[in-house]
Amino acid sequence: MAEIPEHLLKRAQAAREKAEAEAKSSTGDSTKPEETAVTETTETDEEVILTDEKAEAALATLQQELEGKILDSHIATGRGLWIRVGIQDWRPAAKAAKEALDCKFFDWLSAIDWMPSPYGREHETEQDLINDDPEENDDKEMEWGYTGGETRFQLICRVYSISKKIGVMIKADLPDNDPRALSLIPIYAGANWHEREAREMFGLTFDEHPDLRNIYLPGDFEGHPLRKDYPLLSRRMKPWPGIVDVELLPGDEE
Amino acid sequence: MATTESDQMAYIAAQAADARVNVEVETDEGMTLNLGPQHPATHGTLRIVAKLDGEKVLAAEPIMGYMHRGYEKLTEVRTYPQVTTLVNRIDWLGSFANEVPFILAAEQLMEVEAPPRAQWIRTVLFELSRIANISLFLGDMAVQVGATTPVFYAFRDREFVLNQIERVTGGRFHPNFDRIGGLKDDLPKGWIEETGAVLGKMRDFCDEMEELVLGNEIFQARTRGIGVIPPDVALSYGLSGANLRASGIDWDIRRDANVGLVYDEVDWKVWTHPDGDSFSRFWVRLQETREAINILEQLLGGIPSGPIMAKVPRIIKVPAGEAYVATENPLGEMGFYVVSQGDLTPFRVKIRSASFSNMSITPWLLKGVFVPDIISILASLYFILGDIDR
Repeated sequence: MAEIPEHLLKRAQAAREKAEAEAKSSTGDSTKPEETAVTETTETDEEVILTDEKAEAALATLQQELEGKILDSHIATGRGLWIRVGIQDWRPAAKAAKEALDCKFFDWLSAIDWMPSPYGREHETEQDLINDDPEENDDKEMEWGYTGGETRFQLICRVYSISKKIGVMIKADLPDNDPRALSLIPIYAGANWHEREAREMFGLTFDEHPDLRNIYLPGDFEGHPLRKDYPLLSRRMKPWPGIVDVELLPGDEE
Repeated sequence: MATTESDQMAYIAAQAADARVNVEVETDEGMTLNLGPQHPATHGTLRIVAKLDGEKVLAAEPIMGYMHRGYEKLTEVRTYPQVTTLVNRIDWLGSFANEVPFILAAEQLMEVEAPPRAQWIRTVLFELSRIANISLFLGDMAVQVGATTPVFYAFRDREFVLNQIERVTGGRFHPNFDRIGGLKDDLPKGWIEETGAVLGKMRDFCDEMEELVLGNEIFQARTRGIGVIPPDVALSYGLSGANLRASGIDWDIRRDANVGLVYDEVDWKVWTHPDGDSFSRFWVRLQETREAINILEQLLGGIPSGPIMAKVPRIIKVPAGEAYVATENPLGEMGFYVVSQGDLTPFRVKIRSASFSNMSITPWLLKGVFVPDIISILASLYFILGDIDR
């Protein structure tokens, strides 16, 4: 084995001692782990504040660049920045991120279908809950995630700035009657395949895309598999292979 | 459902494309050559349709989907602990590494942190997966340009690493070992010393590969200056991992955007190469394997003691929210975008796999190359079909 630098040995030793102390204090007292969790977060506070500032600065830059076209934004502390724009600003937003924030790295693009699934399942039994009554399905309200939403389909793409080390999630609501957006290919060449995948999986259309053929599915495939109302046939035919697995944790007895 | 006109046109075009490539036809535009779906050079079922003018490729397009397993849909009917079983089949050569980003994303949403010992062991297994994965690439790349011996060495020596993974997890390829909040089990007795010995063997393997392959005249002629990817193109196509670093971009998630693993505790280096050709992609991966050995040797000496599981509820319900966690997997950036609505199952999981983005550059990259270079370029981009098709 290679020689281990001394400072690493020291750090490892410190980590070991800390872990031992935690193990000792946690035995017989179930409230202790929570306390240690709290102290850990305070230790990393400095870092968290830093990333927050970065995300806020990035948001300010984008807001300036897009002149208030950002409908909503969300900063999850230390986890990144989400913005939502109108569908007409989808391409300008990506452009602004690339030019003003130096987000040259195209990470991925996809969509989310926010409709509650009509094929929810009962976790306690082995049966799927199949809800074919359309009226009952209408009762379920759509719940959007970060930055909210207005329509069923939402486009989402992530771009990253390697120089600034900040990633931006850009979301845009697609109109319900005609889910269609401008392709991002002129800005990020890599959007090509991602948009083809989003098209076939969700039934979206990307204008100005040179080649919107299916990428995975056969040419004559019907339907859009990742839509929530597309049934997972193998699940309809066979019962669920086992109810919720509960694995005993170390130290758990029952 | 109403089909739009562009849908119909796309359908007709797809049908026409299917009919056209089953035979090699001579047309005004040149000849169409069909590689695959079953081709020894494609690591799975990938088909490449190339339009040729003599030996020159006018246009080439990969056709995938022969292995699509619909994991994004399946995750919506699996509970969080069950999802790891699916995702470790994405990149089957480095399967443990697939589980980690998903688990970290779920942990982020639950605001759970694995204990230090679990984080260290995760990192150890993560790097072992990297060695198991990339060592096969080192042999395979050589076989694609005509040297048969290195691939046997690679298969032989990779087995040492797989044995070590198996001793901890019980599975050579599908460990399913990572849990929300920690790990399934602790390390077996004597494992650390054994792994140390294996790492010595892998170091020898890297030296052997360097001697066998890197300096070889034929290898150099087949890879130097072939398949050059400029840095800005690499970024706009979302290339990641060694492909990006071989284009001279100094970017490694392990160092620059690390989440939940203990790379900060180790003294190591990110390797880059300015050329961006097939040779540099091989070279960067070779150096990375050595660096992984280097990382592991330091990690093994300092695994802290303590529990391997944090306190998590026995039935895991993840609070509503969205999280994206990416890690530097052997093939490049692998990330999971998890949308939770507070249920037992994820509401939506977007799997960002490295090979999908890495392969999306091929229509651009293969334009204008010669037919034999298709194989060496594809090999140097290094993809696993499971990682493309998901």
